[in-house]
Amino acid sequence: MANQDFPLIFELSQESRTGFSLPEFDVPETNIDEQLGEAFVRESEPELPEVSELQIMRHYTGLSTRNHGVDSGFYPLGSCTMKYNPKVNEDIARLTGFSHIHPLQPAEQVQGALELMYDLQDILAEITGMDSVTLQPAAGAHGEWTGLMMIRAFHEGNGDFNRTKVIVPDSAHGTNPASATVAGFEAVTVKSNEKGLVDLEDLKRVVDESTAALMLTNPNTLGLFEEHIEEMASIIHEAGGKLYYDGANLNAILGYARPGDMGFDVVHLNLHKTFTGPHGGGGPGSGPVGVTAEFEPFLPKPILVKREDGFDFDYERPKSIGRVKPYYGNFGINVRAYTYIRTMGAEGLKKVSEYAVLNANYMMRRLQKEYELPFDQHCKHEFVLSGKLQKKLGVRTLDIAKRLLDFGYHPPTIYFPINVEEAIMAEPTETESKETLDSFVEAMLQISEEAKHEPEKVQEAPHTTIVSRMDETTAARKPVLRYQKVEE
Amino acid sequence: MEFRYLPITEKDKREMLSTIGVQSTDELFADIPESVRCNGELNIKPPKNEYALTKELTQLASRNINIKAHTSFLGAGVYDHYIPSIVDHVISRSEFYTAYTPYQPEISQGELQAIFEFQTMICELTGMDVANSSMYDGGTALAEAVNLSAGQTKRQKVLVSKAIHPESLAVIHSYVKGPGLEIVEIDHVNGVTDMDQLESELDEDTASVVLQYPNFFGQIERLDRVRELVDQQKKTMMITSSNPLALGYLTPPGEFGADIVVGDAQVFGIPAQYGGPHCGYFATTKKLMRKVPGRLVGQTKDEEGRRGFVLTLQAREQHIRRDKATSNICSNQALNALAASVAMSSLGKQGVRKMSWMNIQKASYMKKQLEESGFEIAFTGAFFNEIVVKLNQDVDMVNRKLLEKGIIGGYNLSRDFPELSSHMLLAITEIRTKEEVDQFIKEVGDICG
Repeated sequence: MANQDFPLIFELSQESRTGFSLPEFDVPETNIDEQLGEAFVRESEPELPEVSELQIMRHYTGLSTRNHGVDSGFYPLGSCTMKYNPKVNEDIARLTGFSHIHPLQPAEQVQGALELMYDLQDILAEITGMDSVTLQPAAGAHGEWTGLMMIRAFHEGNGDFNRTKVIVPDSAHGTNPASATVAGFEAVTVKSNEKGLVDLEDLKRVVDESTAALMLTNPNTLGLFEEHIEEMASIIHEAGGKLYYDGANLNAILGYARPGDMGFDVVHLNLHKTFTGPHGGGGPGSGPVGVTAEFEPFLPKPILVKREDGFDFDYERPKSIGRVKPYYGNFGINVRAYTYIRTMGAEGLKKVSEYAVLNANYMMRRLQKEYELPFDQHCKHEFVLSGKLQKKLGVRTLDIAKRLLDFGYHPPTIYFPINVEEAIMAEPTETESKETLDSFVEAMLQISEEAKHEPEKVQEAPHTTIVSRMDETTAARKPVLRYQKVEE
Repeated sequence: MEFRYLPITEKDKREMLSTIGVQSTDELFADIPESVRCNGELNIKPPKNEYALTKELTQLASRNINIKAHTSFLGAGVYDHYIPSIVDHVISRSEFYTAYTPYQPEISQGELQAIFEFQTMICELTGMDVANSSMYDGGTALAEAVNLSAGQTKRQKVLVSKAIHPESLAVIHSYVKGPGLEIVEIDHVNGVTDMDQLESELDEDTASVVLQYPNFFGQIERLDRVRELVDQQKKTMMITSSNPLALGYLTPPGEFGADIVVGDAQVFGIPAQYGGPHCGYFATTKKLMRKVPGRLVGQTKDEEGRRGFVLTLQAREQHIRRDKATSNICSNQALNALAASVAMSSLGKQGVRKMSWMNIQKASYMKKQLEESGFEIAFTGAFFNEIVVKLNQDVDMVNRKLLEKGIIGGYNLSRDFPELSSHMLLAITEIRTKEEVDQFIKEVGDICG
């Protein structure tokens, strides 16, 4: 540890110091070692830190100040919908009646929780235009896999075992092809055209009787609405395939358009994006899946049903793809999303998309003056620039991102989507004020000037962060993935 | 209606539209074909103000019977433990919970270091070399481990003990449909995995053997025997799912030569919250480091030689490898991993051992008292904090009567194990008092007497 390094919690440890207050030991002692047998009693203790409560609090408070969240500043990370996380959601999720209930309590003891889940399913079905929703998947990628497994079960239920391929656009999130593989399919790529939309001719070329589904994000990862969606739906449907909606970008179209009306058969949502469940530094998320009526028999079990005497779970689902997760999904995140939706209502949700799209277009048009805009048309909730012009000056997109750190911003997503060179993908979200957007734009314009006149300032950025650029090569070549105490 | 999360004013809007060069926001949506556009409003309840909504949802929450106002003996994979107050204070720091995956290390050192510490703590408890930054939960982590073992060994058959959590078993069955693996379920005898059946099913096509330690019935599986059996087949992997709190006192699976250890860190500082989000963990050997699903944080240095942390070995992951990735996992349970880290730091090496020890002691007390009161304990082997008692009445009926006395009884095992009708799985954690245990036995005695 160098002097200026922030200590690891293990480095604060002193033997016999404690940070706990365990309940009283109030029963007669049993010789449990004899019960367990010698081989099963742990010999060496796990090296957990021995620290006081204040040390722990200072340690983690210190770490928190070394971290940037939405509450710290602007976070236009494209495709992640880093909007404000309402505080009332946190309070509601922590109510004892929601946080301290056990998933294996009989249904009659938890009717309040089941009512909330049932109502949330109905609302998400209405928002997406689907017939049924399951809350079981834990995150977006988990929802993708769940949806694809249902599509697989559907085809196999029709005696159709030859649908082995899932088509994904070249601009798709990495999870799409990965989920297809995990579900046992082969991922096939369809190209984008010069307008940034799925190339219909290429789609016709790759579609055949082996097509199980097309996975699509709409608006796509370039922030563009796939305006030929109905034609695409009929190409897929006529070939006997199904249309899968990746809900990562739903924030753009709430109340404006619904995947169900566009012809999608299966939809997943990311409640931690569009519906404000916080991102938590990487999770937990929640990835509900909505389906049309013909997929209902295949939903993960159990499904939540409303009977005369209340809500209950139905396990008698012979065609179900089975369980995708123990219990019933990430309930705590679902409570937050529900609180948000009930705060906004239909009127508020439509405004969410209106302002998300307004903010993105405003920022895009202002930035277009200095940054190449590969697809010059109105965007939806996000847009993709290319750092091509700056690259010619020796300043890469990575450098621009790092320079933004000096201004107190989390940079946009970079080098994604992969079909745009030196991509800069920005999603401001609707919860940001015009002043924030303006300041960010000013910073981006200044960086563009710096690229021309003092490129090293950008190339060597960041200059103001607590650490500078990390040696990622060594990290991958000689991985150190845990702390080891240095023997003195 | 005002919306406090939406800061754009009418004046802002006019200026912005003018910069964009359009008259109205509707023009920005003109690329959505008329035929698929929504007509009219979504059919959702109208917006509600903060006070009224809080009141409504507080009332809804109060309609649930919670495990804090009652004395609960329900475990079966989700446990009610002491949660240090400090845990929620730390995870409420919004620099943590409003951030996402730490893609920019210069402004994410806090999260990255916290995960690095979590990885270390999981390695310490499990006795393994490498742990990832977390998984959705113990059940899906176990299913990922199964798929990994098949990919690694190029074998298709997996032997899974029936004494693992039945919902994890169900998840495994769903997950293996993708790669098309064969699952052979191994029965339990006297509450532990049938070693004879395991031995006879184990062959050169077996990718892995999957057990839970302690198992679903709370019993301690003979991992030493399992290792001996697995060693007879060169490549076969040994996978265990383990309650990490139990490993504070029990010999960790790593010391028995486990290849993959997974489980759920819910026991450390994470409330039950109706089954999720919890916090899966995934630990393995150095050899399998590059096959691990999910995020890994590694230590490195910055340009000035200062210690720092980064996401590493990303070539395994979906955003780089796409269809060739080791898993499709993207989001994980980082905030809950943080909660678990705080709880583990609070306990420290003395506390985790003591808490683990207390669980075994209190469960032992329950067992003895039940036996003395004439109840039959189903299994005779060593256990952690759960025991199975055989009643002379239907478990659901007993539980309904217990609830009238303010007690949430144990799990009805006949739901998953038809052979265990009238068997109740009881969890006795460190927070149950002698008095509560005594009262439980008295009440059950009255009901079944």
